[in-house]
Amino acid sequence: MGTVAEEIFSKKLSRNVSAGEIVLVDIDVTMSHDNTTPLAIKALRNTGKPLYDKNRIVVIFDHVQPPASVESATLQKEVLEFIKKEGIKNFFREGICHQVLVEKGFVIPGRVIIGGDSHTCTYGALGAFGTGVGSTDIGVSYATGKNWFRVPETFYFDVKGSFAKGVYPKDLILKIIGKVGARGATYKACEFGGETIENMALGDRLTLTNMAIEMGGKTGLIKTDKVTENFLKSRGYPYTEIVPKDPDYEKVFEFDVDDLTPQLAVSPRVDNVYPVEKYAGTEVDEVFIGTCTNGRIEDLEIAARMFKGKKLSPLLKTIIVPASNEVYFEAMNRGYIKIFMDAGAMVCNPGCGPCIGRHQGVIAPGDRALTTMNRNFIGRMGSDKGEIIIASPATAAATALTGKITDPREVM
Amino acid sequence: MGKIFRFDDDVNTDEIIPGRYNVTTDPKALAEHCFFEVRPDFSKTVKTGDFIVAGENFGCGSSREHAPIAIKASGVKAVIAKSFARIFYRNCINIGLPIMISDELYDLVQDEEEIEVNLKEGRIKILKTGKEVRSQGFPEFILKIIDAGGIVNFLKNHDIGELEDGI
Repeated sequence: MGTVAEEIFSKKLSRNVSAGEIVLVDIDVTMSHDNTTPLAIKALRNTGKPLYDKNRIVVIFDHVQPPASVESATLQKEVLEFIKKEGIKNFFREGICHQVLVEKGFVIPGRVIIGGDSHTCTYGALGAFGTGVGSTDIGVSYATGKNWFRVPETFYFDVKGSFAKGVYPKDLILKIIGKVGARGATYKACEFGGETIENMALGDRLTLTNMAIEMGGKTGLIKTDKVTENFLKSRGYPYTEIVPKDPDYEKVFEFDVDDLTPQLAVSPRVDNVYPVEKYAGTEVDEVFIGTCTNGRIEDLEIAARMFKGKKLSPLLKTIIVPASNEVYFEAMNRGYIKIFMDAGAMVCNPGCGPCIGRHQGVIAPGDRALTTMNRNFIGRMGSDKGEIIIASPATAAATALTGKITDPREVM
Repeated sequence: MGKIFRFDDDVNTDEIIPGRYNVTTDPKALAEHCFFEVRPDFSKTVKTGDFIVAGENFGCGSSREHAPIAIKASGVKAVIAKSFARIFYRNCINIGLPIMISDELYDLVQDEEEIEVNLKEGRIKILKTGKEVRSQGFPEFILKIIDAGGIVNFLKNHDIGELEDGI
């Protein structure tokens, strides 16, 4: 009985679990990437214990892939040796961890998944409890197959209405974060529901849950329904229903998207949210479309439609990074990659791209980047004297077309 | 006794250690770039036994454990904040970087002021004024991890199930 978070932990432990309880549970999937796995291996080794269950571990190389420096190459080589030695089968370098885990069927409703990456909160879009942890926590799960959690209280976001032309789920989540604040939901599960969410495609739901951490949330969650079931069954993955039962929410927020306009978050805080029109006309030096927030086929489709037959100025760095190989293949099949390259955008291999600030579009002092990322912290994309603005793929594409921050409704 | 490095609200992990310096697992090398951009003098002036005092939501953002490792390897004895972001909080407990939660301290002290801290008893004394504040306590099972010096040390001598005895 309870919220989606309470339902997941109750099913997991076969007893009624309520918010506030601290529980020790079996971890279904333990994920980490090239940046966080080296310290996790160190932690495992330091416990003196062997790997508990290699089949519940997934390692993804995505942050700096392929390696862009001797240092990254060296760390990745250490991880590869661990993978070979331990016989870990679930190792991939074909896109961003959060996208690949969903595509490969590791994210199943009711599962408890920890990831050495703060955006592990994304998995709740499929009714799984995913939460980000540090490398030592990954090492703990490597050694024991378990970890502890405090079952979180839940903030419920009740969303109604339909998106107007040019307005997308990214605009909604930015609006929500602007209202709740960067620490407004600290430790809380952020559950999204209501008619707008029910009508939303799975890819767009992932955009919402992905950014729960940007208001401090422990995870983002959406109850399972036909959309979840169809996605999983079409891929031959198991489906279980996870829905709230008489939930007791700590707080309920209501949003109506009927009147929502395109939003952006200006440097250096994700809760610095304003309507795009406030900054319209501001020149930019880089546009980046990609990431675990907005690098999916739905996102590339928006950009492809807007770029078709157009030429982008080579004075602007326009970078597109599909979230995974699957997305890349689909974009190729649909002709989007040709559209992007004809327009003059640079299409890089799937992965985190410039969001980690180490390759594929690092910004210079004085550069202003408009991106579909989830964070705009100082120094995140390179120089600490640069500026990062986050927005929807449509706003990013519109901005790439003009070289100035542009409301997508003006060019669609 | 140690000096305070005072920070505001919402200090994120990109500020503690920018992503492009996370190319090593060596604590000393990470410490060299701790607060590299927001407080470039930090790594040069911090001394063993100093403290970080901050406002709300310290350590928000990425899950990178490089951040608390960099702080710990800088010699910081404890981070005392009004509140912590949750992944950072877990990471500190896990790696044995002492943290204290105090609503009061932040507003009572200034940068570079000196304090004396008794971690075990959760007491913080402001030397200039002689005023003493108390920090919040931890749940019993977290104390077990803290007392062991971090979860890795705990697991060296215990089964993880033993944590449950304190839950």
